[in-house]
Amino acid sequence: MTLNPLHKGTSLILSVDGVDKSFDGFKAIDDLNFYLKEGELHTVIGPNGAGKSTFMDLITARTRPDKGRIVYHGPDGHDIDLTKTREHHVSRMGICRKFQNPTVYNSHSVYDNLLLSLNVGRGVLDTLFYRTSKSDDEKIHDVLKTIRLEGRRNDKAGALSHGQKQWLEIGMMLVQDPKIMLVDEPAAGMSDEETERTGELLVSLEGSHSLIVIEHDMDFVRQIARRVTVLHQGHVLKEGNFEDVRNDPKVIEVYLGRQQRNH
Amino acid sequence: MKVFDTRFELTGFLAAAAVLLLLIPGLNAFVPEESAMHVSGFQLSLWGKYVTYAVLAMSLNLLWGYTGLLCLCQSMFFALGGYAFGMYLMLMIGERGAYKSPLPDFMVFLGYQELPVHWVPFYNFWFATGAVLWVPGLAAFIFGFLAFRSRIKGVYFSILTQALTYAVCLLFFRNDFTFGGNNGFTDFKEILGADINAVSTQRWLFVGSVLLMGATYMFISWMLKTKFGKVQQAIRDSENRVRFSGYSTTHYKLLIFVLSAMIAGAAGAFYVPQVGIINPGEMTAAKSLDVVVWVALGGRGTKFGPIIGAVAVNLLKSYATRLYPDSWLIILGLIFILVVLFMPNGLVGLPEQIRGLVRKFRRAPEAGLKEIPVSSEV
Repeated sequence: MTLNPLHKGTSLILSVDGVDKSFDGFKAIDDLNFYLKEGELHTVIGPNGAGKSTFMDLITARTRPDKGRIVYHGPDGHDIDLTKTREHHVSRMGICRKFQNPTVYNSHSVYDNLLLSLNVGRGVLDTLFYRTSKSDDEKIHDVLKTIRLEGRRNDKAGALSHGQKQWLEIGMMLVQDPKIMLVDEPAAGMSDEETERTGELLVSLEGSHSLIVIEHDMDFVRQIARRVTVLHQGHVLKEGNFEDVRNDPKVIEVYLGRQQRNH
Repeated sequence: MKVFDTRFELTGFLAAAAVLLLLIPGLNAFVPEESAMHVSGFQLSLWGKYVTYAVLAMSLNLLWGYTGLLCLCQSMFFALGGYAFGMYLMLMIGERGAYKSPLPDFMVFLGYQELPVHWVPFYNFWFATGAVLWVPGLAAFIFGFLAFRSRIKGVYFSILTQALTYAVCLLFFRNDFTFGGNNGFTDFKEILGADINAVSTQRWLFVGSVLLMGATYMFISWMLKTKFGKVQQAIRDSENRVRFSGYSTTHYKLLIFVLSAMIAGAAGAFYVPQVGIINPGEMTAAKSLDVVVWVALGGRGTKFGPIIGAVAVNLLKSYATRLYPDSWLIILGLIFILVVLFMPNGLVGLPEQIRGLVRKFRRAPEAGLKEIPVSSEV
């Protein structure tokens, strides 16, 4: 499959063009091309070490690529080079991520976790003299409802179950009004029922948000999959819908086949 | 804006203020010296010293307890504040020194003909008072800017701060650094025109130290309640998450570091006139480690813990160094090890810890599975 570089004026929101990244000689990302359409839910799968997490680190400017361009096509028509932007600015643009391990502020209440994630003044003085506005409070309540943690709003986040922490972290993204959500293994450590609800939540966000979901669990991928990209050794091995990908012999060899052999 | 968490805290704060600001100075001023109730000037200075140590511990707690930055140069900021104020005190000696010269004694001894330029403004009390804050603040800003911008954290940050205090300490030991070399400053005579050894001056210095402690306590309490304080604690829990929520953690850490250094400097400025001496010994690496022990013993990340820890360890030190002068450091080391092993929340957390143990003991037969904590740092 050939992918043509695209420019603004298209329906894209994110373009990753020919990106390379090596760590001490190990090529984690090798000539990666990836395009995200606005409002799309795009699933990324791949065996361990395929470069999935590095891929997210690159988009969120946690690591810088050795080569290539990562461009965010902003809502006002401006293209922003994310490889030259600092992490917290990337986040303020509305590109946010959920980490692989649920990462929440354990000693803060669920409510405060969301409060700190709000898309409002994040400078030192802004927070020193911040007062919760009514609209901020309402927004937090809406998100609490969406992630089904209304009853636990005053509990410490550290006291939540693993699955609930995953939900809280998704909520921490939602409360930011994100443009692009990068979701790393949202279903890890969840019960079957929680997994299914997570899938429903992500699917419901499609359209209003653009999502990249990294996942291992194939049942979960089947539930949410629209367009699927398979990464292998830092390179796109295959892109297509779930059935295409699943029936591709190369994919079966490097990923599905290995998983089936394991089971 | 509410500052205190509970009514209990407010009551305790007011009670402590009454005792420290009215009762103790009153017992010193109005009770005759023969009476058993009398508080001597020596006692006042001693307790004033403990109070400045408590403020120093609070400043470290702001960094270590609430932001997760274990700073091993807190005593350096304390000493810098002390030196800045000590310069004023040295100049106020005037011609009453041993050499009857307007220059401080050590300068005459080292053959200075005139006062170095950077000493001149310190004739002014207010300039010196300002320097007490901005000198440590500036030092923290420069070091913090370089360290935080390079994402130096955890144990590397601690090691670097220790190296910094060591380097500055060596610098202050040099005679040609114009700060009195290893003898430092001493033999002060007056402060704002008052005899520094008079009991009434000691009383005012004590009251000033207590006011500083109260103001620091209220400031930290207020800050922890703001969103800023919540970001601060979030940095401690998961700095990456904070950064990816759109905050520049560098700015936050830098501001907290500078504030903490300024508080430590202010404490140092009250320390010097009450103790009567400041020398580079105050900024050796070991002194900063002492502060870490106070905070750990009292309760890291609690508002009241550092005060308890600083006073408890120093009271114990006063007695132990008199009774067992050779084994004091061993005692201190043992205490630290025991606290780290058995009292993770320090003295302040002890009642809750005991309650927890009692509950566990009662419930033991039907004990369920405890939730396994999951590390949140990425």
